[in-house]
Amino acid sequence: MNIGNLSKIALKALLNNKMRAFLTMLGIIIGVASVITMIAIGQGSKMSIRAQISEMGSNIIMIHPGGERRAGVRMDPSEMQTLKIENYETLRNECVFISGISPLVNSSGQLVSGNNNYPSSVSGVGLDYLNIRQLKISDGEMFSASDIQTSAKVCVIGKTIADNLFPDGGDPVGKTIRFNQVPFRVVGVLESKGYNSMGMDQDDIVLAPYTTVMKRLLAVTYLESIFASALSEEMTDLATEEISSILRREHKLKDTDANDFEIRSQQELSQMLNTTTDLMTTLLACIAGISLIVGGIGIMNIMYVSVTERTKEIGLRMSVGAKGSDILAQFLIEAVIISITGGIIGVLTGFGASLGVKFIARWPVFIQPWSVILSFAVCTVTGIFFGWYPAKKAADLDPIDALRYE
Amino acid sequence: MNKSVIELIDIRRDFTVGDETVHALRGVSFSISEGEFVTIMGTSGSGKSTLLNILGCLDTPTGGEYYLDGISVRKMSKSQRAVLRNRKIGFVFQNYNLLAKTTALENVELPLMYNSKIGTSERRERAKQALKAVGLENRMEHKSNQMSGGQMQRVAIARALVNDPAVILADEATGNLDTRTSFEILVLLQQLHAEGRTIIFVTHNPEIARYSCRNIKLTDGHIVEDTLNQNILSAADTLAGLPVEND
Repeated sequence: MNIGNLSKIALKALLNNKMRAFLTMLGIIIGVASVITMIAIGQGSKMSIRAQISEMGSNIIMIHPGGERRAGVRMDPSEMQTLKIENYETLRNECVFISGISPLVNSSGQLVSGNNNYPSSVSGVGLDYLNIRQLKISDGEMFSASDIQTSAKVCVIGKTIADNLFPDGGDPVGKTIRFNQVPFRVVGVLESKGYNSMGMDQDDIVLAPYTTVMKRLLAVTYLESIFASALSEEMTDLATEEISSILRREHKLKDTDANDFEIRSQQELSQMLNTTTDLMTTLLACIAGISLIVGGIGIMNIMYVSVTERTKEIGLRMSVGAKGSDILAQFLIEAVIISITGGIIGVLTGFGASLGVKFIARWPVFIQPWSVILSFAVCTVTGIFFGWYPAKKAADLDPIDALRYE
Repeated sequence: MNKSVIELIDIRRDFTVGDETVHALRGVSFSISEGEFVTIMGTSGSGKSTLLNILGCLDTPTGGEYYLDGISVRKMSKSQRAVLRNRKIGFVFQNYNLLAKTTALENVELPLMYNSKIGTSERRERAKQALKAVGLENRMEHKSNQMSGGQMQRVAIARALVNDPAVILADEATGNLDTRTSFEILVLLQQLHAEGRTIIFVTHNPEIARYSCRNIKLTDGHIVEDTLNQNILSAADTLAGLPVEND
């Protein structure tokens, strides 16, 4: 049978009853639009969380001392002295899965410049720290390797520090600030990063060579932590294992001993947060999926009623030579046209709603191409699936009874 | 004698209602030649509707043989009969059965829509010809709800003509129309007959029989009368003789 003619017949039948066709579509429109919007909201929040995490640095691996016991008492990690500068150097020389590594020691106190002062802490770091934390110098420059070697009293400061110590807007580079009576020469100012997702000011930061902080401020020989950055997100696990085995060897741990250090990676954090947002996306998609099914049932409902209502028409079509399969095809095509048109309107509505959410509620929104394709495919299948039963019913009518139906 | 279009041999049709078997047709035999205008008469319950359904290939007989234009219908499947109806039969119903909200032209095109051998332009052309043949060339784009009963029945006749059928089956085609319009339709049918169409007109109205050339009368599933009309009246003359309504 000629599909072209049947499509014409089906289209004509729909156009003759625009209101009914629209009402039938409504369920599909709402279903598709909500699937797209819900997934867009879910994906949007996932992406914004991801962006916030990557703001913290690239593929960060954090190594802290830990697990040490003295006479059965667990120690505060900050008092542990298991991470040595030699460990850092070994890791720096031996690890292949990391792109950068830096020690970290902190000393808190009061910063003073002229008659301005500000409470903060100085972080003793290596040169790689900038790349690991994705920090950039906006004015001046980073301290040098020779500054580290000579434990030079130089520092790089964040914008918050610069604003507080030099409120008149003077260029801090080249000036000297004092930290707990120790003078530091400012060699650079960091680019502003603003607040992170935890509400911490990322510009409240002073970086100095770790040797300076260890020797001149803290007078210690151990490290608080070591920051490293894996070559890529996928290599985070390899890098973690590598670091762990090197440290175990360096710390001369037996196979049965527990680690006396802890390794945390950014990946763990992002995985944890992803689980939450994935759960939310799934939940939203389920709700939207249910509305799509309800939309499909709506199609079946109205098609079913319409078959009864159009019994006489079906009888006539059969009497002028429509086969059962022609009637079946006509009603199926009607169902498919309804669901595809509804799908298209739904996609457009979904886009509109997503943009509305983005601009009115200011939520992060990301329209997933696969959600559009998926919901479209689902609604076409829904149309065929739910259109089949009424169409079959129409096709199985006896022309004599159908013609006589009042 | 012309070639026979319809050949019924001992047609029987039984229906089972509950435990009872109803014999609607108890052995009906006749043949209709090309170009005949036959009325089939009978009171309700005489089996004329059943006979019409069988003639129209909507139903198959329980026993006997039916040849339509030389083709045996009895063993045909549902969809084979649908194709046969599409090519060989034109139906005209009492209540017109036009598609709602659809133009006259599209209504007439309908049977050809189910014939994939006929393209769009040919379909349109043939539908126009058919509408011209029933005198509705000025009403082609009118929708079914914008026409009078007589006009709708003309559209239905055009639809029956459009596939150039072997036989036109009219089922009480004037039953819903007033006297004047009825005669107009009869004039049209007589005119088509004069052009060589084969027409079977099923009715319970004995008046109609006077305008056909042959009359078959059914009672209780049997043919009780099969007579040629020696004095065929002209519907056009009768129409001219009708008093003119002043409204």
